[in-house]
Amino acid sequence: MNLAEYKGVFVFAQQVDNEVSGIALELIGKGKDLANDLGTEVTAVLVGSDVKALADELAAYGADKVIVVDDPELKEYRTEPYAHALASVIEKYKPEIFLVGATAIGRDLGPRVSARIHTGLTADCTQLEIGDFPINPVPGKEQLHNQLLMTRPAFGGNTIATIACPNFRPQMATVRPGVMQKLPKDESKKAVIEEFNPGFTPDNKYVEILKVVKSVVDTVDIMDAKILVSGGRGVGSAENFKLLDDLAEVLGATVSCSRAVVDAGWKPKDLQVGQTGKTVRPNVYFAIGISGAIQHLAGMEESDIIIAINKDETAPIFDVADYGIVGDLNKILPALTEKLKAEIAAK
Amino acid sequence: MKVVVCVKQVPDTKGGVKFNPDGTLDRAAMLTIMNPDDKAGLEAALRLKDQYGAEVTVVTMGLPKAEEVLREAIAMGADKGILVTDRVLGGADTWATSQTLAGAIRNLEYDLIITGRQAIDGDTAQVGPQISEHLGIPVISYAQKIEVEGDSVIVERQYDDRYHVLKAKMPCLVTALAELNEPRYMTPGGIFDAYNAEITVWGRADLKDVDDSNLGLKGSPTQIAKASDKVRKGAGEKVTLDPTESVDYIIGKLKEKHVI
Repeated sequence: MNLAEYKGVFVFAQQVDNEVSGIALELIGKGKDLANDLGTEVTAVLVGSDVKALADELAAYGADKVIVVDDPELKEYRTEPYAHALASVIEKYKPEIFLVGATAIGRDLGPRVSARIHTGLTADCTQLEIGDFPINPVPGKEQLHNQLLMTRPAFGGNTIATIACPNFRPQMATVRPGVMQKLPKDESKKAVIEEFNPGFTPDNKYVEILKVVKSVVDTVDIMDAKILVSGGRGVGSAENFKLLDDLAEVLGATVSCSRAVVDAGWKPKDLQVGQTGKTVRPNVYFAIGISGAIQHLAGMEESDIIIAINKDETAPIFDVADYGIVGDLNKILPALTEKLKAEIAAK
Repeated sequence: MKVVVCVKQVPDTKGGVKFNPDGTLDRAAMLTIMNPDDKAGLEAALRLKDQYGAEVTVVTMGLPKAEEVLREAIAMGADKGILVTDRVLGGADTWATSQTLAGAIRNLEYDLIITGRQAIDGDTAQVGPQISEHLGIPVISYAQKIEVEGDSVIVERQYDDRYHVLKAKMPCLVTALAELNEPRYMTPGGIFDAYNAEITVWGRADLKDVDDSNLGLKGSPTQIAKASDKVRKGAGEKVTLDPTESVDYIIGKLKEKHVI
């Protein structure tokens, strides 16, 4: 492998039902940062069926170039044709960095692609930067420059590790949704658009889709919320989430929850914040009756302002809260909702 | 029908996490368990055994101590346990781990391979799909339901807002979610069997069609640049007030920060 041949930052621009996923824009934003540090460009790889029209949106969010792989076989996500698409793009264009979202799709696709092209893949990164490897000079070992340093939590968020992939290209990472920032939209930005079709011939690895069953509940994405009112086991019951719903309504906020609440069956899984749920970084995060297990903190501690209400003054949530109130949520929440209503009405 | 299940012995986070002075995990000081997603995968295989008389072989890679999870699997009802252990396999990343397991599985007959989606120590979810790639068979990850129909497997594959019902011809690899099922307990008879069972132990020489350059620390494309304890944002203010004062306090802060 001639490493010097590999140039440019590529990102997988995930789309579902011909709608660009938020992670695609976040990856373009981060990819642009990395590309600037390397003096190169960011290329979005758009894969699907009849998806070419989405390329302009990717350009508006900062993609310098868009490679479109468009084929009827790619209509609904399946591991094999998508892996073939990405592996073929990598073979042809030879990027030095390839980023994929750590979504359900990306975490299935990434390993298959990295195994096919023989390179390393770092999972669920929360930080990416260009730097030296080894980070500090080691006698007798060449210090390589312009390496992708990929930082990820491990062990339920108890440790963080920074990983490099010095001898293989591309350097591949899956990136947690909600962690990187997308760039402001600029409709005047245009990208070079290139179509590429490596050919898709179904073989034993193509699985057959018998049925696609979408969740009946109209789901709100807690990752897009500016204010989250999040409840934990301390809320006490599914019915008692009414107190959080009322507060959220007054604030124009969205309700989310901890794992304990999902396990108890009070709320669906897609509202769960944390290591095994979603990573959120709203402007304001209310942690109501959430003790703050390390796995929960991993999903919300980057929020701008954290306000915690908990009866237990030793709850670990207070270690990350900007404003912690030791008290009874059943008394505080209704009063808070009423007073906020009055405040907002008076404006 | 022959089913191979890959399992991993992992530290039990419920017992608390302990660190060595250099910041790495002190695995020896922590209790170990069979990785939860893997256990659900094993249970799924055992149900295929109950239903179709499938033969269930459990494979693990790890230190010699990892044979404990194989005995646990046999006590639950698995037919055979294979431990892949060798010094030269240590320090493997997911690429080298999947190469090792694929090298072991090439020695076996299989219709279906089941792995857990991810292990609770690494959380990467990579090894299952990578094994399938090395073996050239289809993968269906995040299975919430597994059924066999003739020479095919029908799987419900979970996504964020939807699931797919997928059909793949066997041989196929499926990764299981802990939510898939409630794993059975070991039976007294099973524990007796497990105690007497002979565990097959394979080393480097027993792996089929794998080059040395793909194994262990040296065969791992990813390398650790730095590892450390997580540095957390410090605590802010903490107040204990009566409900009315609490409300005024919160509203004051929301105003101060221009939220309202």
